[in-house]
Amino acid sequence: MKRIMEGSMAVAEAVKVCRPHVIAAYPITPQTHIVENLAQMVADDELKCEFVNTESEFGAASVVLGASAAGARAFSASSSQGLLLMGEVLFNLAGMRLPVVLACANRSVSAPINIWNDQQDAAALRDAGIIQFFAEDNQELHDLVIQAYRVAEDPEISLPCIVNLDGFILTHGFEPVEVCDQKLVDEFLPPYKPLNYLDVKNPMTFGALFEPTWYQETRYRIQETMEEAKPLIEEVSKDFEKTFGRFSGGLLEKYRMDDAESVFISMGSVVGTIKDAVDELRKRGENAGVLKVRAFRPFPTEAIVEALKDIKSVIVMEKMISLGAGGILAGEIKNAFYKNPQAPEISNFIFGLGGRDIPSESILEAYEKAKRQENRDVFVDLRKEALEVTY
Amino acid sequence: MADKTKKKEKPPVVESLLAPGHRACAGCGEALAARLILDAAGANTIVATTTGCLEVFSTPYPESAWKVPWIHSLFENSSAVAAGIEVALKALGREGEANIIAQGGDGATADIGIGCLSGMFERGHNILYICYDNEAYMNTGVQRSGLTPFDSHTTTSPSGSVSWGNRTEKKPLPQIAAAHGIPYVAVATAGYPVDLQNKVKKALSIKGPKYLQVHSPCPLGWAYKPEDTIEIGRLAVLTGLYPIYEMENGEITKVRKLGKKRQPVKAYLKPQGRFRHLFTKPEGKEEVKRIQKIADGNIERLGLV
Repeated sequence: MKRIMEGSMAVAEAVKVCRPHVIAAYPITPQTHIVENLAQMVADDELKCEFVNTESEFGAASVVLGASAAGARAFSASSSQGLLLMGEVLFNLAGMRLPVVLACANRSVSAPINIWNDQQDAAALRDAGIIQFFAEDNQELHDLVIQAYRVAEDPEISLPCIVNLDGFILTHGFEPVEVCDQKLVDEFLPPYKPLNYLDVKNPMTFGALFEPTWYQETRYRIQETMEEAKPLIEEVSKDFEKTFGRFSGGLLEKYRMDDAESVFISMGSVVGTIKDAVDELRKRGENAGVLKVRAFRPFPTEAIVEALKDIKSVIVMEKMISLGAGGILAGEIKNAFYKNPQAPEISNFIFGLGGRDIPSESILEAYEKAKRQENRDVFVDLRKEALEVTY
Repeated sequence: MADKTKKKEKPPVVESLLAPGHRACAGCGEALAARLILDAAGANTIVATTTGCLEVFSTPYPESAWKVPWIHSLFENSSAVAAGIEVALKALGREGEANIIAQGGDGATADIGIGCLSGMFERGHNILYICYDNEAYMNTGVQRSGLTPFDSHTTTSPSGSVSWGNRTEKKPLPQIAAAHGIPYVAVATAGYPVDLQNKVKKALSIKGPKYLQVHSPCPLGWAYKPEDTIEIGRLAVLTGLYPIYEMENGEITKVRKLGKKRQPVKAYLKPQGRFRHLFTKPEGKEEVKRIQKIADGNIERLGLV
């Protein structure tokens, strides 16, 4: 039975059925409803786990790190500044190969302070060795959290995973969600059995000093594991479909791409708006489609090239930018097509930063601009009045 | 030629949970204290350690000196990592399986990690936190920390023609710990090994968060002879500059009295290169007087004579 719920509750319900042992968190808007819901579940004895309120996000990430090293399934959630404050520990989680799952309620990064949505926080963690998914809607979000544990805890993978949900748009947006049945989740997600954990019966050293003779290979291994995670992510999503009867995972999602000539590429909740815009374009006789990037790390380079092989024009719409370089998603897609003679024309539009609303018209305008090839790192909907008073 | 008589007289090998062969400097007070603490705690102990000398000298991959489960994550989070371990054991039904010790140097404890430490105290985790106080950032080359003593020369609080070195007194970390309402706080030194081990055993017999600060002489950073570590540790106590005591539920319950063994601070300062500048200029006498005042204050406050 479907229930109407916020994205935050969709995350909490998913975490609950994954039976975590330890949750540690620190509040930050717009992540708060996720951890409030979980705290209430613990208070009502619906969820049996240790819930730790820490003194900072840094502390929260450190608590789940210790818990995971002791053999526990652990969860945390954060956003924006909180995710950045966790940053040092998040790199550490990856390096120590601890499969903690986190939700990130995507929000802009200060300064100037702004609590609204974009995806620059997640982008800042892209090089950490953390698997990252982006959800389009609350159902997908719910399903991705459960799949995230399967992928992260796979003995061949053993890496942390962040499930991204757009701040306010999903965290506070209500949608119908089919909550996964506990019995089925127990079949789909076996109890966490780490290869190594802190145990007095088998004392081991975790987090040793790696000198130049050893360190580089650890990075090679994570890079190799990221490659191995790509087929596993596809496999897990198929297994999820088998168990729960719906497909809501995998590296990419294609929308109206069969005969498409121009394809939008984006991540997160805005994909829904883009799909509407594509429906409108189709009505006008334009052969447009959408390619949704669900797995940002590992970056599905080969799957993207394959999906876009007959496409003439690719329009990358993104809520993240590497200041001083340009669009991040677009950069990675251009990289994927390097020296490929079939490479499509790639346009890049930056939009929706700091919660700037994205109406369908803006997407249609980007489409027209791409057609005219006015397309190099273009910011959508810049306000002249604001430009006059900012620097 | 083998001397059979001599071989017989060889003392028995004492097995320690911190294996020999690690890379600590000769005379390292921290290595000595760590071994004493771990052996007092026993094999059923999980240890979380911050970044610092102790971590670096004991775990160069693929070697490790630790015969107990041991984890290092970052510079400032051993208290939070230990908290995660503690709640995980509870949730996994493994509570009581092991003592949990979190530890770090004075910089990791008093400066960069004080937030996590305060959180661990306030939440009431059943963890013993050990601060190895060698009074500066030794691992990075003797930079000043919040626990560097008054007038000490460090590389970032150097003495010079217009400087007497570090111009602040030690952050009162045992009092800060006690103010959290935790059941047990103690100060010890590697200079009194039996006292140190007794405090560890007592701490581990008490449920809840515990704080133990251990004066850990550093021959390299303090510039004294490696063979004098025990002596320096004792002089710190006997001069009143580093009183050792216990606090239970916020009240001082035990102090080590000085009695006739009391020494002037000069006896502690003079052998250490970090205080040498106090003895090379005539005005240094006034500085030594100021340090004596700090010691006198400690002695009076804690009733050490």
